[in-house]
Amino acid sequence: MQLTEKHREYWRKNVRLTAILMAIWFVVTYVVGFYARELNAITVFGFPLGFYMGAQGALIIYVVMIFYYARYMNRLDQEYGVAEEDK
Amino acid sequence: MATQTQSQFTQQLKKYYSVYTGGFIAFVILLAIAEQMGLRPKYIGYAFLFATIGLYALIGIMSRTADVSEYYVAGRRVPAFFNGMATGADWMSAASFIGMAGGLYIQGYDGLAFIMGWTGGYVLVALFLAPYLRKFGQFTIPDFLGERYGGNIVRSVGVFAAILCSFTYVVAQIYGVGIITSRFTGIEFGIGVFVGLGGILVCSFLGGMRAVTWTQVAQYVILIIAYLIPVVWLSMKVTNFPIPQLSYGYALQKVTEREKAITVDPKEIEVRGILKAKADAASEKLKDVNASYVADKAAAEKKLADIKRDTKAKPEDVAAAEKALAEFPKDADAAKAQWTKDKGLAARAVPPRPHAEAFVGKDDAAKNTARLNFLALVFCLMVGTAALPHILMRYYTTPSVKQARQSVGWSLFFIFLLYFTAPALAVLVKFDVYTHLVGSSFADLPRWVSSWAAVDAALVSVKDLNMDGIVQLAEVVLGQDVIVLATPEIAGLPYVISGLVAAGGLAAALSTADGLLLTIANALSHDVYYKMLDPHASTKRRLTVAKVLLLVVAVIAASVAAQKPADILFLVSAAFSFAAAAFFPALVLGIFWKRASNWGAILGMAAGLGITFYYMATTQPWLRSVFGVTSSIADNTWFGINPISAGVFGVPLGFAVIIIVSLFTAEPSKKVQELIEHVRYPHLKGSAARSQ
Repeated sequence: MQLTEKHREYWRKNVRLTAILMAIWFVVTYVVGFYARELNAITVFGFPLGFYMGAQGALIIYVVMIFYYARYMNRLDQEYGVAEEDK
Repeated sequence: MATQTQSQFTQQLKKYYSVYTGGFIAFVILLAIAEQMGLRPKYIGYAFLFATIGLYALIGIMSRTADVSEYYVAGRRVPAFFNGMATGADWMSAASFIGMAGGLYIQGYDGLAFIMGWTGGYVLVALFLAPYLRKFGQFTIPDFLGERYGGNIVRSVGVFAAILCSFTYVVAQIYGVGIITSRFTGIEFGIGVFVGLGGILVCSFLGGMRAVTWTQVAQYVILIIAYLIPVVWLSMKVTNFPIPQLSYGYALQKVTEREKAITVDPKEIEVRGILKAKADAASEKLKDVNASYVADKAAAEKKLADIKRDTKAKPEDVAAAEKALAEFPKDADAAKAQWTKDKGLAARAVPPRPHAEAFVGKDDAAKNTARLNFLALVFCLMVGTAALPHILMRYYTTPSVKQARQSVGWSLFFIFLLYFTAPALAVLVKFDVYTHLVGSSFADLPRWVSSWAAVDAALVSVKDLNMDGIVQLAEVVLGQDVIVLATPEIAGLPYVISGLVAAGGLAAALSTADGLLLTIANALSHDVYYKMLDPHASTKRRLTVAKVLLLVVAVIAASVAAQKPADILFLVSAAFSFAAAAFFPALVLGIFWKRASNWGAILGMAAGLGITFYYMATTQPWLRSVFGVTSSIADNTWFGINPISAGVFGVPLGFAVIIIVSLFTAEPSKKVQELIEHVRYPHLKGSAARSQ
């Protein structure tokens, strides 16, 4: 079938959110990882920050990001009329 | 069941698994009481082994099916939450359960590459793959490649890559099952492997994906209970707080203080000196093995002769000299092996590595290379996670795209529970070793040390090198696996918890092995047999072929595992680089870029796999010997990247080749373009409904 402008907008919004979340993913993983030695000079909850991010902080952000994406997209489906019919 | 709605089904599942969890806890309590009344540890081991495998068998038999969709994708009605648990068990292998905390103990910060890599990959699964694969709604990953790019060549490349990644991995799991069963019940390793094989087959043979799904949920429950209980207990003991993940910062500070003290402790320095001297002497002898062997043997013989002639010699000195000669290596080759081992002692002759310090190296260049390798490994593990067929396949089983999205969140949540505990466990055990074991007297070692040292010297060995009767850190050698295995005893828990930990490790290994076996067998039965050889096969025939292939693959994998292949751990890590390079570019571009063409995908996958393989074959010692590579490792190394992270070259090359070749070949057909639109939207009104 022919896609409407609304369909294209849905896809653009999806790609935009995907790009934003990928940017956060990149920063949390690689930028923080790259500066782990420097961040270790800071202490949070008794942990050196660089170590804490690798052992816990990054993981928590990953989990939150995935649930956020699921919630946002499931709402977007409704809004743009591309949601599945409930079974 | 057919008349049941999805929400009734979910309610029922919640009820069943709550009862199951309660029943399992009651079983553990009963065994604990039995232990207090005098049940021997060996029988506790048997009770756990047979009760859990029996449970899985029961679920497996109850889930038997003769329906193709049930067999391949569990009927597509696994709710997001339960699919998350099943994926957690599917994902966490024997290595995650038993080996990971030990790896963190040994490597400190640098071991976190595995923690980040094996969780961050799920972000890629959630954003790029799971919802679209669910909408596509077929049976396997090569299936998607075949439909999206068209033709059997790309499907065959997919089948080849899926088997390549999954087979080495499944061999490692079966190997792990053999180790666990033999260690906790005393049966032989070879028999343990085949007991494990039985345990794997009862979960998958009759019911395919359906049976595997429901046993994996059950296995997740056991493995997470088994992992968390000892750590919580140990946390209470060390920090007086029951949530180890919050409180181990305190223990980490203490560990850091102890590291500093141990580094400058004169007794520690003395022991490190002894180790260094031994290593230096061995490397000196290795320069001319034959001459040193002859000289050393003559010296030992002379010493014995001298002592025997000396009438005043004490009898124990004579005995010692006799023993030294009797234990002397039989020939020059044995001596060479011994000295090579001694030379390795140099690794222990260094101060303890600061646990939280990132990228350890002797100078700035070495530190930068360590950092580059850390980041490259994280990249390969993440992209590999998002490309391993046995994980992606799980997202075909949810009832909807919506639930597939949520399911990735639940998957990572359930994995996270274990992965954010492992670094805590490593630090807590280190705290105990650095403060209690180190400084204790050899006459009065903690019980876990003496009992595990008696089981296997590779797990624990302590030797009083400087003869002062006190344990120095440099005298302690802990194997990677002992950290998790010994935690219950370090925490002062009864044996029943050790049995529980073994059952957890077994559940982790069995569940992963099942997912992998099914991936291999389904690639062969669905993609090769049904799609390529006999598209008109009847349902009954397809399922028969699927089950026979499952059996054959399982037996081959078990036979390989029974040989105790060396370098299995390297092969498992290599699987991530292979999966990343082979699948990730083709899958992602297939969904996000309509222009990606058939030949682009074929050549891109081949190029990605090819360069990854080439890099490993020229830089990894074992593969080099297999392929007879003679040029030096340094000449073949690019940017100092370790062979395990070869995917860091394969993935970008794969993307580049797909893009360039696609631009030079014809645009995909209208039908393919429509398929791409179809997978991008959870529901398109009026589009040809070809899924479900």
